[in-house]
Amino acid sequence: MRRVALAIALALLATVPYWLGNSYYINVATQMLIYAVLALGLNVLVGYAGLVTLGHAGLFGVAAYAGATLLNAGHGQIVAAIGALLATLAATAMFAVLALRGTGLGFVMITVALGQIVWGIAYRWISLTNGDNGISIGTRPSPFGLSLVSADALYWATLVVFLIAVAAMAIFVASPFGAAVRGTRDQPRRMTALGYNVWLTRFLAFLFSGFWSGVAGLLYLYYNQFVSPQTVALSASAEALLMVIAGGTATLLGPIAGAVLVIVMKDIASAYIERWNFVLGAIFVVIVIFMPEGLVPGSVRLWRWAIGHLRTQPTPVADERA
Amino acid sequence: MTLWLILAVNSVTLGGLLFLLSAGFSLIFGLMRIPNLTHGSMFMLGAYLGVTCIALGLGFWPAALLAGLGVALFGAVIERFVLRRLVGAELAQVLVTLGLSFMVADVCLMQWGGDPIAVETPPVLRGATAVFGLAFPTYRLAIILIAAVIAAALWLLIDRTRLGAMIRAAVDDPAMARVVGIRVSHLFTVVFALGAGLAGFAGVIGGPILSVYPGLDQDMLPLALVVVILGGTGRLLGSLVGSFVVGFLYNFGQALFPELAYVVLFLPMLVVLVLRPQGLFGRVTL
Repeated sequence: MRRVALAIALALLATVPYWLGNSYYINVATQMLIYAVLALGLNVLVGYAGLVTLGHAGLFGVAAYAGATLLNAGHGQIVAAIGALLATLAATAMFAVLALRGTGLGFVMITVALGQIVWGIAYRWISLTNGDNGISIGTRPSPFGLSLVSADALYWATLVVFLIAVAAMAIFVASPFGAAVRGTRDQPRRMTALGYNVWLTRFLAFLFSGFWSGVAGLLYLYYNQFVSPQTVALSASAEALLMVIAGGTATLLGPIAGAVLVIVMKDIASAYIERWNFVLGAIFVVIVIFMPEGLVPGSVRLWRWAIGHLRTQPTPVADERA
Repeated sequence: MTLWLILAVNSVTLGGLLFLLSAGFSLIFGLMRIPNLTHGSMFMLGAYLGVTCIALGLGFWPAALLAGLGVALFGAVIERFVLRRLVGAELAQVLVTLGLSFMVADVCLMQWGGDPIAVETPPVLRGATAVFGLAFPTYRLAIILIAAVIAAALWLLIDRTRLGAMIRAAVDDPAMARVVGIRVSHLFTVVFALGAGLAGFAGVIGGPILSVYPGLDQDMLPLALVVVILGGTGRLLGSLVGSFVVGFLYNFGQALFPELAYVVLFLPMLVVLVLRPQGLFGRVTL
């Protein structure tokens, strides 16, 4: 059953360019995949490690800016991609060392500050980042000689990266490391008593999360061929966080659903609604107040509740909350 | 020489404005344990309300007071009807304030448009005043004076009144404060409204210097954040010192290292966070 569903989902995803046809919608689908990669990466921190960050757009942006700068300096695509990811990892390590001094709200505030520093550099350090005008790149890469210029080709390339990201997350969740990360979220003291290095576990989770944010940032650069300070603004971090929280933290499907929801709202609904930011804020408020566990687990709960009421003998649902 | 002097005066002025903004932010943080991410929006909303009041024919000062009151009311409503629903879930409260800040920003954009609006300096305070044989812009001196008066008033309120004693008690130990019969949840509403009102008032009197524009909220919020991290939460003295430090860092950073102004601003904050997580004067650890 599960395998059939997975196969159908894969087949649907792979054939998107055929049944969507219009290159505008294919580009929207590509955006969804890119942001799903970002949300999956962010979910490692927010969901599994329990560390809510509002600076992740900074890491996303570091990858995009580093990639663009290296490409414009005349380096090849491979050098640019590897350099961008290394730069992101270095920035992530710095973020992690500083932010992990606090937990809870202290952590949130330090990540806000770090994100704002990245924004400040992007906006003001004009000789490096070209300020408000942003940086454009000339070409998309052609991995293995395949050109990514067309919307379809870029979609498939993004899909491959997205599937690798999903697989990496599935492996991460099932691995002892994933269990250790969840342990540091729920019982940091007990984890310390058991001999785990809580700080190091969180640090590695941060690096893993930052790496995928960097991958998403690089994909974003290839998709847009342009990066500007808007990419690293606080509202971009909030959007990414909304994707994770809206979909459901600490689930594999949640961030993907959240990314799809936010991009649909932003790209399609904003054609009809002018006030995207208002809608973004309103969704945030409504979800946090009424469905704090996110859309995916929330819908599952509502579904079970409805099923339970439809049956003549309602079966009690086990409470799985810790 | 004159350049340095002008920079110094501008820094002190910005410090005064920041104090009005961050005193409330710091008290809210100290009492409710949440960074109120709508605080920048309160500043901007106050400024826009002031603009409208002035356009309706009110004088500058009545407009500033009215805008401050309006924003205080708005803050009380948010605390009472939104944040109160999420008591105990601090993270949810922070996220809700973030969502609300987007909503406020968009409503302001819808209502007042995207162009920056200049606020006229009150006629009496235009021009320059000579102090010690040097000419200073009168309005900036007035802001420094207002900030000093409000700082003194807040200090009296917190340090000398019954309400202030209750607030201090609730900041230090909310559970014990409840046990001795203080309605801490009422204090939440009062302090949130007071903080919002001060921010709104600061928005109007900052208008002639900063003008009012979309994104003003996003410009001010990080400054308030830096002030509170530098100065510590729930402490007026911390906000006061932090505000002037940030005022100087911001203005001198802009003038001396224009490309790295934000790095100059945020770097000291990171140093403080790493070396002294409770802030320079604070007792509550973040």
